[in-house]
Amino acid sequence: MGKAHKLVQWDPHNVKEKLLEKYPPKVARKRAKQIMINEAQENTTPEIVANVRTIPGIITMRGCTYAGCKGVIMGPTSDIVNLVHGPIGCSFYAWLTRRNQTDGINDSDSNYLSYCMSTDMQDSDIIFGGEKKLEAAIQEAYDLFHPKAIAVFATCPVGLIGDDIHAVAKKMKEKFGDCNVFAFSCEGYKGVSQSAGHHIANNQVFTHIVGSSETEKNEKYKINLLGEYNIGGDGFEIDRILEKCGITNISTFSGNATYDKFASANQADLSCVMCHRSINYVADMLETKYGIPWIKINFIGAEATAKSLRKIAKYFDDQELIDRVEEVIAEEMPAVKAAIEDVYPRTKGKTAMLFVGGSRAHHYQELFNEMGMKTLSAGYEFGHRDDYEGRHVIPDLKVDADSRNIEEIHVEPDPELYRPRKTDEEIAALEAAGVDFKEYEGLNPMMEEGTIVIDDLNQYEAEKLVELMKPDLFCAGIKEKYSIQKLGVPMKQLHSYDSGGPYAGFQGAINFYQEIDRLVNSKVWSFMKAPWQENPELSATYVWE
Amino acid sequence: MRKVAIYGKGGIGKSTTTQTTVAGLAEMGRKVMVVGCDPKADSTRLLLGGLAQKSVLDTLREEGEDVELADIRKQSFGGSWSVESGGPEPGVGCAGRGIITSINMLESLGAYEESEGLDYAFYDVLGDVVCGGFAMPIRDGKAQEIYIVCSGEMMAMYAANNICKGIMKYAQSGGVRLGGLICNSRNVDNEKEMIEELARKLGTQMIYFVPRDNDVQRAEINRKTVIEWNPEAPQADEYRGLAQAIDDNEMFVIPTPLEIEELEQLLLDFGLMEA
Repeated sequence: MGKAHKLVQWDPHNVKEKLLEKYPPKVARKRAKQIMINEAQENTTPEIVANVRTIPGIITMRGCTYAGCKGVIMGPTSDIVNLVHGPIGCSFYAWLTRRNQTDGINDSDSNYLSYCMSTDMQDSDIIFGGEKKLEAAIQEAYDLFHPKAIAVFATCPVGLIGDDIHAVAKKMKEKFGDCNVFAFSCEGYKGVSQSAGHHIANNQVFTHIVGSSETEKNEKYKINLLGEYNIGGDGFEIDRILEKCGITNISTFSGNATYDKFASANQADLSCVMCHRSINYVADMLETKYGIPWIKINFIGAEATAKSLRKIAKYFDDQELIDRVEEVIAEEMPAVKAAIEDVYPRTKGKTAMLFVGGSRAHHYQELFNEMGMKTLSAGYEFGHRDDYEGRHVIPDLKVDADSRNIEEIHVEPDPELYRPRKTDEEIAALEAAGVDFKEYEGLNPMMEEGTIVIDDLNQYEAEKLVELMKPDLFCAGIKEKYSIQKLGVPMKQLHSYDSGGPYAGFQGAINFYQEIDRLVNSKVWSFMKAPWQENPELSATYVWE
Repeated sequence: MRKVAIYGKGGIGKSTTTQTTVAGLAEMGRKVMVVGCDPKADSTRLLLGGLAQKSVLDTLREEGEDVELADIRKQSFGGSWSVESGGPEPGVGCAGRGIITSINMLESLGAYEESEGLDYAFYDVLGDVVCGGFAMPIRDGKAQEIYIVCSGEMMAMYAANNICKGIMKYAQSGGVRLGGLICNSRNVDNEKEMIEELARKLGTQMIYFVPRDNDVQRAEINRKTVIEWNPEAPQADEYRGLAQAIDDNEMFVIPTPLEIEELEQLLLDFGLMEA
């Protein structure tokens, strides 16, 4: 059966209707507001409901606040001891699952990434309180490693029994003198998704680390890369390209990050935001407190990478850098072009669905476009409205009880370290020349008209979507992987990249083309049915007949 | 064996009432075990003649899993057994979880086995039903009959009504029933009539009216129940009466809690009536 045939079978309104058909009326009403038929035109796209509670009973794709804080943001840092205060399962199942990589592998570097540290709370710690045990665990970690910093993460039971982890952290920090100890109130039950955990983590990094470095960075073009988590080595590829261009990446939040890199972030001259959702507020705080402007960039997709590099060069407004960037692009592109030419005849016209994260569902469409693949439907697990519709909706965002629950830190210009990198006139001139500061248009304008944008997709709707629209590829996380594959559709994890990567930058794009070509053109899916399921009747004759 | 839990507002006299009633039952020849479910661990002081009890949770913490019944259970007045669940210092940890753990521990150690020959197990539970842990005795059939200690004061009645809501919740899924209200008099106007009316509205009975008598306090100073301190005192007879009433009780109901307006009206009706 041809794919085109299946597509005409359903128009998006029918698909939406089918997705909601089986729900009780109240659930259907709520979900309808999170499923939107994209009009792909600026300012006319209807509002989507996002960042709201998942309806009980729905098997959501989301993770918890602890996962967002410990797993996503703090997980990739290599020389901060991550100590989880809670029962052992919370640590064990958050152990190396994101495939974050680090180059801190020399004997002289501290690398705690491969460790799994926990207070292993028992029944009696719940009853009598776990503060003493936490204190002992921090001491033990300090004695063993003498790290620069120890981060303590609260799990659900810690919040329920009210252990004061911040007081313990403060006490131990004062006791040690040479080790920064701080804690995160990132109990899993907080907020509506892992997004709350990102926020809690970033706020603490900003409060406790940024600006504390005394080493001066004197490089010429200094940037921060915000919202890049070095999954499958993405960060290494981006760093390779930046280095080649002569751009210095002072601090990545938080892929391959170290304590000192975080601490020096205030010395960069530009913040480049990759994942808007998880970190845009840090970019804002860096600007307010230290005077560093920020731009949205995207290193997923070869064209997008080139565009981002040019944007950075334009910001620094230096012909030497502009020329160097063009040289690098010219050097890298032929290999990319060759790879596309190879896969394009096989990938052209194929279809994909993406339900990942708070920016990946957007960024990866760049790569699919380069391969001639169409994204039929996409959405975020934990995105907010501005990630779909663009930052212009921020003033209209509804602040509900769940978002109030998450601490907002208020920053002011630092009396010593605040230094505006550009004058208002320079900013205005750059804007006139096409450098958009503090701007993100969101996912919707990127997608074609009539595509379906779905927030907080769930197991049922995912299976229904695949059944109705039969995409050639489905991208999500580990929880979705096998249920989608059982439907006979290849599935690519875009959280941990299965065992692949990097997919960022130029080399990454080539890796991605090859991987997707392999997936969507695999013959294996034609063997989903056993021969007797296709042809149940076997005919045979006796030899003597 | 009958499993009884005593609930009521904090400070209403649950522990004193429980222990003196247990003393009365022991005098009648009944074999009783008292389980204190208050983190303060002061529910068996009068039966033991002092706070000599090491709590289940303390023992568990110090001895690890290797705990024996003899470590946590003490012989007290009239051949009764006394156990204190114990719990964390105020402001830390989770006392409710502690109660769950300690009752489970008692069960696994066989404290309720038929071989122990118990006629009664009494649970003396902290103040109000504040969380799941404190409701433990009324969950899963740990206690079958509940008595609520109250007085004619608004907050005591309000607490009694609230506890009834907890009982109702678990009565529908389990076998727990309300046995009655015990009025521990505070000398409020029309107190007896008011509590009788409250009991009627809750669908239960006022099982006993315990008058106020300072002999109870005098006995407490001596770390004894009034029955032990002065068996001849009239107040000792009142508690014997309560013990007898509980021993004879056959009225076990699922309570019907009142709306708050109804409760306020009750107080208004009886409070303004001529004494």
